Amino acid sequence: MNVDLTLNTDLARKILIRFIRTEIHRAGFLRAVVNLSGGLDSAVVCFLAAEALGPENVLALRLPYQTSSPDSLEHAQMVIEQTGVRARTISITEMAEPLIALEPEMSPVRKGNILARLRMIVAYDQSEAFGGLVVGTGNKTEILLGYTTLYGDSACALNPLGDLYKTQVRQLARAIGVPDVIIAKPPSADLWVGQTDEGELGFTYQEVDQVLYLLVDQRYRPEECVQAGFSESFVRAVLERVRRNQFKRILPPVAKLSNRTVGYDFLYLRDWGT
Amino acid sequence: MKLTLALAQISTRLGDVRANLEKHLVLANEARQSGADLILFPELSLTGYVLQDLAATVAVSSKFDTQLFDPLREVSRYLDLVVGFVEEDRRRRFYIASAYLSKGEVVFVHRKVYLPTYGLFDEGRFFASGNSIRAFETRFGRVGMLICEDFWHISPPYLLWLDGAELFLFSSASPGRGISTDSRLASSTWVTEVNRAYARLFTTFVAHANRVGFEDGLNFWGGSTVFDPDGGLLIQAPDFDENLALCELDLNQIRRTRARLPLLRDEKPELLLQELGRILHER
Repeated sequence: MNVDLTLNTDLARKILIRFIRTEIHRAGFLRAVVNLSGGLDSAVVCFLAAEALGPENVLALRLPYQTSSPDSLEHAQMVIEQTGVRARTISITEMAEPLIALEPEMSPVRKGNILARLRMIVAYDQSEAFGGLVVGTGNKTEILLGYTTLYGDSACALNPLGDLYKTQVRQLARAIGVPDVIIAKPPSADLWVGQTDEGELGFTYQEVDQVLYLLVDQRYRPEECVQAGFSESFVRAVLERVRRNQFKRILPPVAKLSNRTVGYDFLYLRDWGT
Repeated sequence: MKLTLALAQISTRLGDVRANLEKHLVLANEARQSGADLILFPELSLTGYVLQDLAATVAVSSKFDTQLFDPLREVSRYLDLVVGFVEEDRRRRFYIASAYLSKGEVVFVHRKVYLPTYGLFDEGRFFASGNSIRAFETRFGRVGMLICEDFWHISPPYLLWLDGAELFLFSSASPGRGISTDSRLASSTWVTEVNRAYARLFTTFVAHANRVGFEDGLNFWGGSTVFDPDGGLLIQAPDFDENLALCELDLNQIRRTRARLPLLRDEKPELLLQELGRILHER
């Protein structure tokens, strides 16, 4: 079974541009900050934010670490030039090294988390200076799989791509003019040399997006996914990964003691009063 | 008789009744100056949609003796209005409601009967449901009002039809969802097609005002429409953007359509009642 995730990119673009503009304006801001990694997701967000707010109101940050691929910087630069957004490059090597040096045996995952969280610190600091909101770049695939650093790359004020699977983000990227070289390269968090998303996850976005779409969007039971032609071990592994990462998708639970508790029965949208 | 209807496809401020009222007055005046006889606002147009715990804060007493309704009553001396709000009854129950105002009076109030409480919706948690569906007289003939989920069920429009409504005034705050290869969201297509079907099946005018804008991540898709009794599309406001859409309805069309297609004449409500009785008994 080939699950079709094709979407009308004009429609997606129309909604997402209005979303970025409306939600930033009603929060009392005119500007946005985007961590531009050189990858697909942040490139798409940068294009959308530039269209929504005007390029002069978008600050793209390039935050390289010493092991970052030179391609990342170069691809980010292409996006900056094509969209005309403002840009700043700040090396995080000097911030990361003293912490990493404390523990020579530190695992790549720990280092990766440190880099992702340092980038969050810089983005939020720059957003205060620039007077803008941090626009996130997480897609539906990585949110569901929890393939993200909590309080790192997942931290943001609003998330325009969070309901689009990675393969759909790729379609949108093509439609809005993201450079081909960015669309074609293997997705990578670029937290260590040679890291790729699909290598680390153990499956391709093409495969996992189809299973996630059936499980989540179409409410298939796991056995129905197997009947649709996906291997049982794969389906179970994906489902387990989604379940195990629920903590990354919600605010930390508050222990309820009173009659009215934040998170349970104190219920307001963020747009309250605006 | 001709009726110039204005569809006020607006965005609202969540929980800020004063700001929303101001917008109502501006648009009502604009519509009036453009020759409108009646202006239809979306669901919860005075309050915003995802109210949650704001429901009690923004509620208006069933007596409509508040400062909020005074300026609306005043404007209704010049053109009729349908506005969306939260109504609080004497027993302190909160309803999603639509009021029809005309000649300085609140003529009729419909309380939303079907409160979606599934998927992204949670209305049943915060609101009581209305318990009547009735048509009422206006200076443009007999009218029926429904709110969003009310017309996702077939029985409320059917009841209004039997109760003599010749103009259906539907209001929504419909969150857009269901993206695919289509040029519109699945929710937009569904509502538009169903409204057209009601116009055809009931040989009535069906006007629908839907809001636009966002509340957190929810988009409201607009696309407000008016269909004539043959199912012809008289006007369609754009998707996603604010719009004041004016449309002239030739109310004599109802008579012409029904002379050709006497579906209401031939309807058998007694049979319906008999079979419903049996079905309910057997169930």
